[in-house]
Amino acid sequence: MSELKEIMVKGDEGLLGEHLGVFTARSTERRILRVTQDGGIVSSIMVYGLEEGKFDGVIAAVADPDDPEEPWKPRPVVITDPDEVLEAAGTKYTYCPNVSVLKEAVRSHGCERVAMVGTPCQVRAVRKAQLLPVGMRHVPDKIELLIGIICMENFPYEGLKTMVEQLCGVWMREVAKMDIGKGKFWVYTDDGEVKSIPIDETHPFEGEPCHVCTDYCAELSDLTAGSVGSPDGWSTVIVRTEKALELLEEMVEQGLLEVKSIEEVKPGLGLVEKLAQAKKNKNQKEIEERKELGLPEPGKVHEQL
Amino acid sequence: MVRLAYVQLAGCCGCLVSLADTYERLLDILDEVELVYCQTLMDEREIPECDVAVVEGAVCLNHEECVEVARGLEEKADTIVALGACAATGNFMRYSRGNEQSAPTHEAFVPLTEVVDVDYAIPGCPPAPEAIERFLTLLLEGKTDLLEPFAKLAEGKTEYCGCDLMYHVVNKNMCMGCGTCAAACPTRAIEIVDGRPVVNEDRCIKCGACFTQCPRTIWPGDDAIKELVMGGEEE
Ligand SMILES: Cc1cc2nc3c(=O)[nH]c(=O)nc-3n(C[C@H](O)[C@H](O)[C@H](O)COP(=O)(O)OP(=O)(O)OC[C@H]3O[C@@H](n4cnc5c(N)ncnc54)[C@H](O)[C@@H]3O)c2cc1C
Ligand code: SF4
Ligand code: SF4
Ligand code: SF4
Repeated sequence: MSELKEIMVKGDEGLLGEHLGVFTARSTERRILRVTQDGGIVSSIMVYGLEEGKFDGVIAAVADPDDPEEPWKPRPVVITDPDEVLEAAGTKYTYCPNVSVLKEAVRSHGCERVAMVGTPCQVRAVRKAQLLPVGMRHVPDKIELLIGIICMENFPYEGLKTMVEQLCGVWMREVAKMDIGKGKFWVYTDDGEVKSIPIDETHPFEGEPCHVCTDYCAELSDLTAGSVGSPDGWSTVIVRTEKALELLEEMVEQGLLEVKSIEEVKPGLGLVEKLAQAKKNKNQKEIEERKELGLPEPGKVHEQL
Repeated sequence: MVRLAYVQLAGCCGCLVSLADTYERLLDILDEVELVYCQTLMDEREIPECDVAVVEGAVCLNHEECVEVARGLEEKADTIVALGACAATGNFMRYSRGNEQSAPTHEAFVPLTEVVDVDYAIPGCPPAPEAIERFLTLLLEGKTDLLEPFAKLAEGKTEYCGCDLMYHVVNKNMCMGCGTCAAACPTRAIEIVDGRPVVNEDRCIKCGACFTQCPRTIWPGDDAIKELVMGGEEE
């Protein structure tokens, strides 16, 4: 049995989505960990996949912190050179239309094996595009790997800016990294300053469309990475498909990933499940309230026309 | 064996070409059906009785024969499929104003869904080959529960175009900016600005791809995806 299979455990599939196993991991490469959000799992997979020719293109979100107009505003990119993967590392807490470049990746860049990172909603969008690809000519069979990221909510750009500039008192262009964890929204500046506000203060800026979303763990991904459940600098990884498992096993074998049982670390899988449940409860309630107002239910708009 | 008629009304043949673009899968599909009518491929002049009529193109209200053929389908076919946006939702045929040299008085082109009771509609201009393949496979396998969205679209309540995306998704607070609509649009009429689509109405041909492809308008169900996409069928 592989090292990975030995340490993987299973959680509640009703909350995490169907999976083969969960574990904790981080990259073994300093150059990766220096720029990534958590354990650098997403970026490591992209670099490895491109280097080994498993993917010939990856879709990720790039932001320029020094943009004079809109610092930190992400845009989706198709990356074909492993050396460029790290330019897209790190979480941007605002909407980035990763799926918008999917057809371009296949048709303009000629990619045959695309990997995409996306929030749970974006992973869902791509899966639907594979099932019923009405406007996705030649896309469905070119998707090699969907890497989900755990997601509680997202923010419109101006909301994020307000949180950073007005509530944390830091100019967007001075920001080196943003993070959510331990009940707070954190901003790290280029000068090494750290500011934070309680997560409650960010709620008014959450995008409303996130409040009808009940998927926390990107339940339809090949694998999902998140920070919750694992210690700082490590990622919680949920593996769902054999394809993803094989890839991760190879990376562990080659010493690219350091892995641990999630049962050995704090806060552990229980917290992931607790937050998944919280998201499902809260947003299901919102969906019910919307229905009472006569608003359409997500996924059923066509039925109500 | 399912008797299938492929009927072309006022269309460009693009949907048939898209069907043919499924390459070897087309042969598999043809193995499972008996093609009883197809103007482009066969010499058969009359649409015979059949199980399924797949119809491409709009109905020209100024052309008696076209209207007759369309109306006659209800009698002849058990299941009527409007393939592609011209038959399904209207498409750019909605903008026709006649005065074309070949038939200057032909100006009213409406989707099939406006003229007869259609069972399933597949928007798109043309619908991607993989979508047609998926639809026909599910239909031939009798997995009609999974075709429910297409049945709903056949009611032809609207064009399901860029405007519908704005009214029914963005304006109803459901767009999370994934960008799928922009990728699906064949005319690049959609740009995602500040996390929401902006539709250039001058470019929009009302093909319905964006609305149909958006994950927030029609969700096919997680189980279908797990079975048909993640079950390894794609590999
Ligand atoms: C909006 C948002 C909310 C999140 N909420 C949670 C949460 O509640 N709990 C939790 O555990 N984890 C959450 N995450 C995930 C977490 O921040 C990390 O992305 C994840 O742990 C992966 O870490 P990593 O070190 O492997 O990522 P990295 O190696 O740094 O790679 C992250 C990848 O995500 C891409 N990306 C960044 N921002 C976006 C975006 N806005 N849209 C699409 N792709 C993007 C980047 O381009 C990069 O390729 C959230 C992420 C986002 C984008
Ligand atoms: S909360 Fe849901 S809708 Fe919002 S960004 Fe995350 S996955 Fe998408
Ligand atoms: S596909 Fe739907 S949810 Fe995604 S950006 Fe377009 S309108 Fe918004
Ligand atoms: S916006 Fe594009 S995809 Fe949507 S109906 Fe118009 S042309 Fe079709």
